[in-house]
Amino acid sequence: MVSLRRDGGALALSFILPIGFFSIFAVIFGGHRESTPKLTVIVADEDHSTASQRLVRGLSNEGSLVVKLRPTAKKGAEQPEYTAASAEEAVKDGAAPVAVIVPHGFGENPISFSGGNEGSRIQLLKDSSDMIAPQIVAGLLQKVAMTSMPDLMAEQGSKYFDQLVGLTADQRQRMQSGIEDLRRLQQNPQQGTAQSSGFANGGIIPVQTRDVVGMNKHNPMVSFYAAAIGVMFLLFTASSTAGSLLEEAENGTLDRVLSSQVNMTLLLAGKLTFSTLLAFSQLILMFLWAWAVFHLDLWTHIPGFVVMGVSTAFAVGAFGVLLAGICRTRAQLGALSTLLILLMSSIGGSMFPRYLMPEAIQKAGLLTLNAWAIDGFTKVFWRDEPITHLWPQVAVLLGAGIVLFVIARRLARRWEYS
Amino acid sequence: MGSAQVVPSTSSPLQIDALSKRFGSLIAVDNISLHVASGECLGLLGPNGAGKSTLLRSVAGRVLPDSGTVSIFGAAAGASEARRALGWIPQELALYARLTCRENLISFGRYQGLHGKLLDDSVAWCLDWAALQDRASEPVKNLSGGMKRRLNMAAGLIHRPRLVLMDEPTTGVDPQSRNRIFEMIEALRREGMSIIYTTHYMEEAERLCDRIAIVDHGHIIAEGTYEELVRRTFDTKSEVLVHLTGDGTQEWVTQRGGHLVGEASQFTVAHATEVAGLLAAIAEAGLELIDISVRRPNLESVFLHLTGRGLRD
Repeated sequence: MVSLRRDGGALALSFILPIGFFSIFAVIFGGHRESTPKLTVIVADEDHSTASQRLVRGLSNEGSLVVKLRPTAKKGAEQPEYTAASAEEAVKDGAAPVAVIVPHGFGENPISFSGGNEGSRIQLLKDSSDMIAPQIVAGLLQKVAMTSMPDLMAEQGSKYFDQLVGLTADQRQRMQSGIEDLRRLQQNPQQGTAQSSGFANGGIIPVQTRDVVGMNKHNPMVSFYAAAIGVMFLLFTASSTAGSLLEEAENGTLDRVLSSQVNMTLLLAGKLTFSTLLAFSQLILMFLWAWAVFHLDLWTHIPGFVVMGVSTAFAVGAFGVLLAGICRTRAQLGALSTLLILLMSSIGGSMFPRYLMPEAIQKAGLLTLNAWAIDGFTKVFWRDEPITHLWPQVAVLLGAGIVLFVIARRLARRWEYS
Repeated sequence: MGSAQVVPSTSSPLQIDALSKRFGSLIAVDNISLHVASGECLGLLGPNGAGKSTLLRSVAGRVLPDSGTVSIFGAAAGASEARRALGWIPQELALYARLTCRENLISFGRYQGLHGKLLDDSVAWCLDWAALQDRASEPVKNLSGGMKRRLNMAAGLIHRPRLVLMDEPTTGVDPQSRNRIFEMIEALRREGMSIIYTTHYMEEAERLCDRIAIVDHGHIIAEGTYEELVRRTFDTKSEVLVHLTGDGTQEWVTQRGGHLVGEASQFTVAHATEVAGLLAAIAEAGLELIDISVRRPNLESVFLHLTGRGLRD
């Protein structure tokens, strides 16, 4: 501990670097509850019909979209509206992940229950690296079509019905009257579709959305990244701390210690205890920072934090001791620890959430300390689950720590005697 | 102030019987038997690679011998009682560089099971013995080489052992620091501490040790007091050192039964009267005599005679 305190660089790396990285992630991904993340979409209206304009207006009123009809102004001069060609170039250049092309002739046949003809079909141009944006925009297109053009929907529907079944003149007239009433209702230019809560205005199927998790949370991703980044840096610190064992083996102090009343088991247990305490201190500092700067609700989750913090710290401490036991030199330790920790952190969810990964990778992630630690902290801070629900995470972390320590002890035999 | 554990006073501080250790194909220690009497300083004299350090590490319990036994005050090497009675000062500077002198001593004292007032008193004694009181709060990395050596020694004595193993404790220090270390060791001897002292410097063994065991290639090739070793090897013979120049000097010296020692040539003569004959032979060989001295043989001479090599070869 004294050595660490006097090594300014190591002290900074142990405490300041994790906080810095966590802060970056928290700012990028934490977001604010009050605002919805927006998706930029380019719209090229080549039809300029009433129907296409209503569609475009409906898209523009969607709270989750930022609709761009023309490129950003250059030197104050307004740019011409996007065409199909320029919209495609813009997607290729990365201006937006998706472009919607409303073709000429769309207004003549905007709604089709049979897939439509080639000429009236809206095109969705996408960047294939973004797997989410195109799906969102495609879904919203259908939604906007239904909610911004219900009169056209009704008109088209009645035409098909008339063709298939046949309407009387009176029925036809009453149908048209109703469509006109509907059309008048759509005159409100602010008509758009609803946000995540409340009823969908003008929607065919009334939908009400309600938060059941995290409704009182200020910043949902902060606790995730505090745990995710925290565990990753805890692993680095633990391996570096345990590397002191290799340094002692190199400079002869280990020999001296083992010739005293201290045996190898006691020595390793001491290293593990120190690593655990250091790791827990790092977590405390990170979560205090999260509370102070990002308003994480820490104080009502102290018991859960302590249980998960100690379990995580113990597991990463044992991991560090094991690495020192495996490696012969500090150089080997540096290389191996970097490789293993980055691998564990990437599949374990320290860099981005595991639920975004393919299922096979998610399962592989369960082989990492990161995944269990992050799951536990998520249960505490996001789902507000009681301590008793943490038993799987605690059992795995403590059990892994014990197993790793036993293996490390066995590997350390090489230092006991020449 | 003594060790925490009382061991039978009738037991010899150290008894080694038929100790052997091999590292792969290298025989580091070959069937060595030794004992150290209470209060005695036994010197292990030999060149680098002779097996001195391996022997000491076997006594300290850091090397498991292939055969033979080591007994420290009646306890097996490596046993808790043996560790308590034994202090080991390794050849390397085994110190924590970022810790201060005091913190190093406290750390090693705790490893030896000391705490509280006993630890405080031991630390104070060590700092005083090593003359490091005014540097007690200095990190080790800021100390001179001589100070580090003294602290290294003090760390091996923090628990006031009754037998101390010193593995070349003056390596790399200046003459002034070396003298200081000699004074420290002599102070320990006055307190009755038993010591094993390894070195490849003859003058250190001569000054500090009651008995000397000469080690080479894992064997003890001679053992006894300084006088016994010299007399047993040379009886009453003397050594004549001559500085010669001229063609064929090396061949002539070898032919004559002498040895080249640095730039000088060394001959052994049974009587001083033989010196005249040697001078005549030098003149007859056409060699030029630069310098001549006569002396009693020393440990270097003993080693050279027994092995054909110098201690520093």
